[in-house]
This record gives sequence, structure tokens and C-alpha cells, in this order.
Amino acid sequence: MIYFDKVSKIYPNSVALEEVSFTIEPGEFVSVVGHSGAGKTTLLKMILAEDVPTSGNVYFDSVDIHRVSKRDLPSLRRRIGSVFQDFRLLPSKTAYENIAFTMEAAGRPDEEIRSDVPHVLDLVGLPGKLHNFPYELSGGERQRLAIARAIINQPDLLMADEPTGNLDPITTAEIIEIFKKINQIGTTVILTTHNKKVIDNLGRRVITLDQGRVLRDDKEGRYAL
Amino acid sequence: MIRTNIKRIIKLGFVNFWRNGLVSASSVLAMTITLFVIGSLYLGTSFLNSALTEVKNKVDISVAFKADAPETDILNLKKDLELMPEVVEAIYSSREAELAAFRQRHQDNAILISSLSEVGNPFGARLNIKAVDPTQYEKIADFIAGKNDLSVGGSSIIDQVSFKKDVVDKLSRLIETSQRIGWAVTLVLALLSIFAVFNTVSLAIYTSREEISVMRLVGAGNPYVKGPFMIEGVMAGVIASGLALALLYPAVLWVRDTTAGVYGGINLVSFYFTNFGLIFLLLFVSGVMLGLLASFWAVRRYTKI
Repeated sequence: MIYFDKVSKIYPNSVALEEVSFTIEPGEFVSVVGHSGAGKTTLLKMILAEDVPTSGNVYFDSVDIHRVSKRDLPSLRRRIGSVFQDFRLLPSKTAYENIAFTMEAAGRPDEEIRSDVPHVLDLVGLPGKLHNFPYELSGGERQRLAIARAIINQPDLLMADEPTGNLDPITTAEIIEIFKKINQIGTTVILTTHNKKVIDNLGRRVITLDQGRVLRDDKEGRYAL
Repeated sequence: MIRTNIKRIIKLGFVNFWRNGLVSASSVLAMTITLFVIGSLYLGTSFLNSALTEVKNKVDISVAFKADAPETDILNLKKDLELMPEVVEAIYSSREAELAAFRQRHQDNAILISSLSEVGNPFGARLNIKAVDPTQYEKIADFIAGKNDLSVGGSSIIDQVSFKKDVVDKLSRLIETSQRIGWAVTLVLALLSIFAVFNTVSLAIYTSREEISVMRLVGAGNPYVKGPFMIEGVMAGVIASGLALALLYPAVLWVRDTTAGVYGGINLVSFYFTNFGLIFLLLFVSGVMLGLLASFWAVRRYTKI
């Protein structure tokens, strides 16, 4: 589903990724671990076409992501749900509107939006928060909202960049549970994290990055750095 | 689907405009000032032009003939003058008409009227000449002065040719200068205020750049990202045009009161109301265009993700 082919990303003063190659199959749950600056976020940015590689190619199915025209990029991005450490919600929109916006942008009909948004908020454990603005929610609630937004269009791939970085252990466990459920229904999940406990408990595939290189790629890996 | 999209984009624009109250208010304020400047300049230029035309029409050459001047000679001169391309019209006022006008003017002065009946009609006939352009009065005056054949018994039948040369000269210069300065000032002020609007709107959009990038990352296409900002720009323009139009009214009242002595008969307030539709249209279209352009320009700068 995702194929990195000798991808390098070189900034003027640093190397973010160096000759990175790996494949992610549909339905996999892959964790990417590494120290700060190891290249985890850059790797996810490549998949979202938020950044371009200095050399190499990134494929989504058989499509070279960085050859997709600007016009077609939104429809590619709609196949990917993204969750970020800093949530990146739309601050001037309510919880309902944050999710509705994503559905509207995907061209979903009004009736569907009206019925699906409350449903997905229920699913992530945010019932009754429909009309709250992000600043009225706690960190954990904001992350749940971000997850609801990421999965509302039933993406093929869910990417979560340090989604539990700002959360307490109990909320972290709840959020990871949601990701597992999403993965169980067939969505591919890529998770980057610093959290050793999360990785060890998951017992899924782990790609370890170090200074922009793939140090290890273990089928049922543990956090080993 | 296109209808639904347009409806959604307009709704997003309205909601954003309302929620970003302070930012929207500053855009509206900047645009109001710009539109007020544009409106005042338009009103000022049009008003000055009409005032000048009015004054121009009042200035003419007056040729007073001697009392014994033959009417046929005067009428021949009138014909000659009217053949000149510089002349709009030459109005003949006979001795009798001059007398009647004098009587009319002094009807309350019994002594003057009774003394008139003793001396008979002392007035000569008169030709009032209007020129196409005030700069041409001198040429017309020269033409009349050069008419040597207008004489009876060796002396000219013309008593006096009068036209206010100084006034005409000053007026011509004023028209020319005011038009030149008017255009230059309009251009500079319009450019400055448009620049101010662009900056305010781009500042507003700059604060939303994070939001714009999030919209892009959740897969929103150009219409959904840029559209609502354009709608916000248009809304600011429409509101600002209404405000500018309303602000022009007290300004017009104030100008009327302070210039009443200068312009005499011309009323700026009635000029404002007569041309209300045109001023409204000018401000409305300028406001919408300004809002659209400013948003378009600013959004383009901050949506390259």
C-alpha cells in the first residue's frame, strides 16, 4: 500500500531521511519509533505530500505521491486520515463543524453529515460535545476529536504523529485502544511515538529510525533504542 | 453538487466573518476609509466640474451698443458671431428690452422711473455672447474690436465690450489645475488605501495560515480553502460600501455649510441625492472588487501547502 523507495530528505544543515526503503501492506498496524530528529515526522510528511523528498519516491498504491498534480492532491489526502500531537483542529469551528468541514470538502451530502458526525463523536467517546469549540475541550478530548475527524471519511490509511505525546497514561491507553479498533476494521495505521509502553503493549510491527536511517524493521517488535 | 458546494462555501464565509469579529471589523474599517476616499474624490471632482460649468455659463461677453446704433448692423454682427466655431450663442437684447429690464429692476424706485419717462430710452441694444470655452473670450473680443465697418458717421456703434478677463483666466487655470491635481490625488490616495486594505486582509489571513494548512491536510480543495476567505472579503466590501455611503452624507452637509458662500446656487447635498444611485453603485462595485482582490492576493500568498 505504501512503498518508500530509497527516499532521502536533505535540509541545508541536516539529513532528515537517508535512503529509506520499506513497504507497508494494507491492514497493517506499523509503529515508527526513534529519538527526536530521527526523521519520523518527515516520513509522515512525505506520505501526505506536505514535503518533497530530495531523492527517491514514495508510492501510495501504485501512485507516486509527489507526481500527483495539485488538482488531484486533495482527493489523495482524503484517503489518508491524519492525527497530530498538537491536534491541528480548526480553532474557530466547533467539534461538529471540524468534522463536517472534512466531510463537506469530500463532497458528502448534508443528510450524511448530519447523521454521521454525532455518530463518530459517540464512537470516540465525545458524546454531547458537538457544539464545543476546541479550546473548550481537554487535551484528551481534543485528540479524540482529531481522531474522529481523521476517520470520518473512512480513509484507507490512518497516520498518527505522536498522538499521545501530550496525554496522561490513562488517556493514552484509551486513544491507543481506538487506533486498534480502527485497525481491526481494516484501516492501515501508521503510528509514530516515543512511548515505550505503548509499543511494547501493542506487539505489532516496529520500524526504528536513527538519524534518518532505518535501524530495524521488526515484525512483532519492541521499543529498543 | 456545484450548487451545494457554493452554498457551503458562502455559509462558511458568513460564519467565519461573524466569528472573526475583530479581524473582520478591521478589514471593514480599512475598506470604509478607502471607499470614503474614493467616494469623496468622485463627489468632489464631479461637483467641482459641475460648479465650474455653472460658473462658466454665467461668464459671457457683453457688447453694449450706442443708442443710435442701427439694429440691422447689430443683427449682422450677431450672425457673424454665431458663425464662429468658438461661439455657442449670441443673444440679442433690443433697446426696448434693455429698458424693460431696467424698469423691472428698479420698479420700486419711483423717482428713477419718472425721470426715465422724461429722457426717453437712454439704453443701447446689447449682445450677450457665450463661448464654447472660457479661454476663447479674448479671441471673440478681438474679433469684435476688429470690426471697423461697424460705424455710423465715422464713430463706432459699439459703446463698450466687457468681459471679466481676470475671472476667465483664473477660472481656466483653476479648471486645468484642479483636473490635473484631482486625478493625481485620486490615483495616489486610491493606491495608498488599496495597499492598506491589502495589508489588513493579508494580516487577517496570515493569522489563519495554520488553519489553511490544516484544511489542506484534511483534503480540502482550493474552493473550500480559498472560497470562504473570498466571501469574507466581499462581505467586508459590501458593509464598508454601506458605511462609506452613510459617512459621506454628514461630510457633504459639512462641506455644503462651509462652502455655501463660494458656490452660491449649487447645493452639494442635492447633488449627493441626485447622484445617489451612481455613488452607491461606484462604492458597492469598488468595495466588492477591493474585497475580492485583497482576499485573492492574500490567500494566494498563504495557501501554498
